[in-house]
Parts: sequence; C-alpha cells; structure tokens
Amino acid sequence: VITSAPRIVTSRIGAAESFTLEHYLATGGYQGLRRALSMSREAVHEQVNVASLLGRGGAGFPAGRKWSMVRPGAPVTYLVVNGDESEPATFKDHMLIEGDPHQIIEGTAIAAYAIGVSTAFIYCRGEFALGLERLTRACNEAYEYGALGASVFGSGYALDIVIHPGAGAYICGEETALIESLEGKRGFPRIKPPYFPAAYGLYNEPTVVNNVETVSSLPWIVQNGGAAFTALGEGSSAGTRVFALSGDVVRPGWFELEMAKPTFRDLIFDPSLGGGLREGRQLKAFIPGGVSAPWFGPQHLDLGLDQDAVGKAGSMLGSGSIVVMDDTTCVVRAAWRITRFFHRESCGQCTPCREGGQWLEKILRRLEEGDGRNEDIDLLMDICDNLAPGVSWPPQQTTICVLGPSIPSSIASAVRMFRDELVAHVEEKGCPLRLVSGVLPR
Amino acid sequence: MARFDAGRRAQAEAVVALYPQRRSALIPLCHLAQSQDGYLTEEAMEEIGELCGVSSAEVFGTATFYDMLKTEPVGRHLVAVCTNIACLLAGAYELIEHAEESLGIRLGQTTPDGEFTLEEAECLAGCDVAPCVQVNHRFVDATDGDSFDALIDDLRAGRRSEEIPPHGTLCRTARSVGMPARDAGRANS
Repeated sequence: VITSAPRIVTSRIGAAESFTLEHYLATGGYQGLRRALSMSREAVHEQVNVASLLGRGGAGFPAGRKWSMVRPGAPVTYLVVNGDESEPATFKDHMLIEGDPHQIIEGTAIAAYAIGVSTAFIYCRGEFALGLERLTRACNEAYEYGALGASVFGSGYALDIVIHPGAGAYICGEETALIESLEGKRGFPRIKPPYFPAAYGLYNEPTVVNNVETVSSLPWIVQNGGAAFTALGEGSSAGTRVFALSGDVVRPGWFELEMAKPTFRDLIFDPSLGGGLREGRQLKAFIPGGVSAPWFGPQHLDLGLDQDAVGKAGSMLGSGSIVVMDDTTCVVRAAWRITRFFHRESCGQCTPCREGGQWLEKILRRLEEGDGRNEDIDLLMDICDNLAPGVSWPPQQTTICVLGPSIPSSIASAVRMFRDELVAHVEEKGCPLRLVSGVLPR
Repeated sequence: MARFDAGRRAQAEAVVALYPQRRSALIPLCHLAQSQDGYLTEEAMEEIGELCGVSSAEVFGTATFYDMLKTEPVGRHLVAVCTNIACLLAGAYELIEHAEESLGIRLGQTTPDGEFTLEEAECLAGCDVAPCVQVNHRFVDATDGDSFDALIDDLRAGRRSEEIPPHGTLCRTARSVGMPARDAGRANS
C-alpha cells in the first residue's frame, strides 16, 4: 500500500542533474504541455476537475474550481505560482524547486494555457538562492526550447513566465499578501471580500494563485488523465501528496505517498518511511500539517493521511508537514517557539494578532524561564479566545488573514493535552524537563 | 559606491521591463543593489525609487518589511541558524550558544572584522537536516558544533567562496530573455 503508488511529482528527484533540461527531456519532460496544447483549454480544465486536485499549499482548495472563479470579461488574467514556502516544518516545495524546476515551468504553462493567461509569475522564496538560480536557468532553457515565448511549440499560444524573488516574509505565502508583495509593496494581506484574487488580484485583474506542488502535478494529470489521478487516494483526497516529516524521528525526510491510504502510524513508524522514534523514546504528540495546525496525540496515529478525516478529527493536513515530538520534548518550549514565530511574522495590521501574539510569547517565555504565575494558563487561553473566539477548530477569525487565529493552535493543544506539565512549570519554577540552560532569546 | 554601476543599471532596466507595472521590480532591484553593496544604501533606495516610480521613503518602508533586505551593513557572511520547531527539537539553541562562543558575538551582531553576522532565522525549509543553517541564503551542513566550526574555518580561508558569494549576491543566473510576447499575448485572453 505504501510504496506501490507512482511518484507523480518527485519522479526525478534524487537523480544527478535532475534540474537540467537534458534530464527533463530524457524523462518525458514537456510531453504534458505538448499534449495540453493539442487539446482545447476547456478539455485541459476538465481533466483537472476530474482529478479533483486539491491545492497543495495548505488550504486544500480544489485547483480546478479556483480556475473556474476567474472574473469573466477582464482584459487580462494572471497566474501566480506560489513558491514562497515558509510554513514551519514544510520543505517539499524547496525540494521541488531545486530538484525539478522544469516540471514547475511545464505545470505553470499548462495551468496558464487552461486559464487563458499570457503572463505568469513564479514567486520563489528569497532564501532559496540555489532554487532561484535553477528556476531562472530552467526558464531561460524553456524559452530556448520553445516551451515559452511568442508561440509555445509553434501552437500560436503566447506565454511569458517571470521568476520573481521574495525577500523573507512568511506572510507572503498568503495569496493576497503574495500579490501585494509582487506589486512591490509590503506583504499586507488584503481585506476580504473579495475572498479570491480570481475576482481582483494582481494589479486588480483576475489572478489565479496555485502552489508549486499543485502545478507540478499537472504534467502527469494531463498525460495520464484525471481519472488515473483519482484512482489513487480516496474520496476528495485524490492522487499522491508529498509529506514532509521532521522532528524526533529516525528518518526525517519527504515522502510522496498515495493520499488517504497510509496512516500517520505508517508515515512515522514504517521502516521505509520515518523509521520510528529513537530507542527508548515514546511518542508525546505530533503536528499533522504545519505549525498552524492543532496537535495530535498517540490516539490519532491510525488516522489516514486524508484531508477530510484529519479535519473531522479537529486539525488539518495543511501543508502536509508532520512534526514528531517525543517524550523529551517540553511542550511549553515547543509552543513558545511556534508562538514566537507567529509573533515575529505578524504583518502588524490587525491588533489581535500583533498584540496577542506578543503577549502569548511573553507568557510562555516566563513559564519556561521559571517566572510563571498560577493564573498564566487561564490567561493564555483567554488571550487565545480573543484571537479566535471559542478557540475551536477551524478557528473563528478576528483578523484580515488566518495568521493570527492560527496562533492558538499550538497553545491550546499544549494546555488541553498537557495541562499538568504547564502547572509543573509554575510549581517547580521552570521547566521540569530541565531542558533550558539559559535565557531564551528576546 | 551606491548608485548602480553601468552593468547593473542595464540589468535594472531589463528587470523593470519584465513587469506590467514597474513598481513590481522593487524587491528584485533591492536584491540587485545588495549584490553591489552588500546592503541597501540610501542612494540605492533613491535610484530604485526613481526606477519604480515611488519615493525613496516608499522603498525604505517596503524594504524594512522584509528580513532579507538590510538597510544597515552586515558581514560578508550572513550566518542564519533556524530555531523553529524541527530545529528546536534538534538542538538549534544549543548550536546558537556554540556559534556565539565560536564567533565571539551575540545574535544579531557582526564580528569586528566584518566577516560574519549571526542571525536567528525562521523555518528555512530544511527541516530534514535540522538544525538548518544557511550562509548568504545557501544551505550548508553545520548541524553540530564541530561541523559549524569547520564551516567557519572554510569561510574565513575563502575555501567556499565559489559556492557562497558575498552577502547580497542572491541569484547568479540572469534572465536571458526579454518579454517580446507581452502585447501579442493579450490576444490569448
């Protein structure tokens, strides 16, 4: 079950020179785009609908439906491919950008053709210097090869792609912030509605934003058909997905797996995958889909890697990133670091996020440093309630984007799953696991 | 040095021409300026403003939003240690303690010789090789104290200079194609 599925987006990863045009062409590269150009736009779009390809960025919105939402009648439509991967513990797009940039270019071209776009942008995270070099080189090669330009493969279809570097800001992964950033501004998420940039996006024109892994799936889908994609996985979780596993496991890494069928237990413990925990360690908790997601405990191990099932169990598969924490982990320290991240990356537009994140970070810090007060645990939950009323899942929103309301996820998980450990931090005036040697950085 | 040299000025104009609106070139041009000076000088922000059609204050206000854009000088080697969740679990703060001692500076500081600046980074998408370290935004192997010190020795001796250019140089591959299809392409939609 675990290894029998085809590798749809990672088939070239690991080969020497996997990023070159030569290797790409030798392994079937650009055949999907050629095939797409022989079909009508609508037919390509239909295959993606049939594939029920869910966006691989984190929100899991169906890609085909996103394409359908483009506001009709506008003079120009844009496609922006989101390669600004920054959700902590997520490292699949990094691998795809460095390892198979031509697949991203080809997938971008297929999506652009289906939507009727003549200018597409690939927004690549700035910290990926090598990835930017490889993407830029692949883009140059694609023009020379005829896969981009005034008439793609002589079809008369014109497409330009611009590789755009980011400059270090987590919030730019949010699609409206990404667009602001691409316009040369601060990465401030835009007020909704309109909920989707498909109505008003880049330069206020209709804009589709798709994730790097999402477009990387398109060459395979076009060549093999949407039905072949849905033959993998189960229900709405169709196809394969790249899961990024990190933390306290023997074999951290990425694994492209059929969706829904393998479980978290398979991913973490199978010798061909995570390889289990280090000797003598016990599983304490794991994060199922990036640090915005509420944590799971050992009782959730037998859930499938299925978007709906994880959602029903009170968390999300999100960006497909799983972080394992064993019994040596201090949950206060873990929640503090995640909260510190959100605090540092808050764009500052909305008060609950800007101020709440800072307060939460300070309270968790003083608990860890031994200055915690008896009322701090309730105070944490009270502030969380101000950020996301009810502290439920999915969170109620008090802010322009979901960054702020994601902050309570790890804190509420720590409080609800490990309240005794938080109390012990107060009573013992510091971390009972004695992990902290000094003062945490400000 | 502050305004773009002749070669970079030509590159800058080519970058502006890639975008339907010139302000979109702001961040790429900031990177270009950093490749020349290592950080964003006031003069560079002025010139970027001229090229993008905004004031230098707008350039400054935008640049300061982004971690990678520096409005003050930094060392030739920007050493960034991720301490986010996977790296935390792998001992990133212990590595930072070691780095502070080895380099003789605290987080955020630059060595007196201008060689190294030490930063605490957010997740760099290298969680499978935690703790994850980058020098000038290039991934390096420095997961423990010994490998960190070996890295610093190599950098000091210039042994990694081909792979790791000085801070500010980001993408060394230039776009070789203009945007000839833009106007023709409108017919697509």
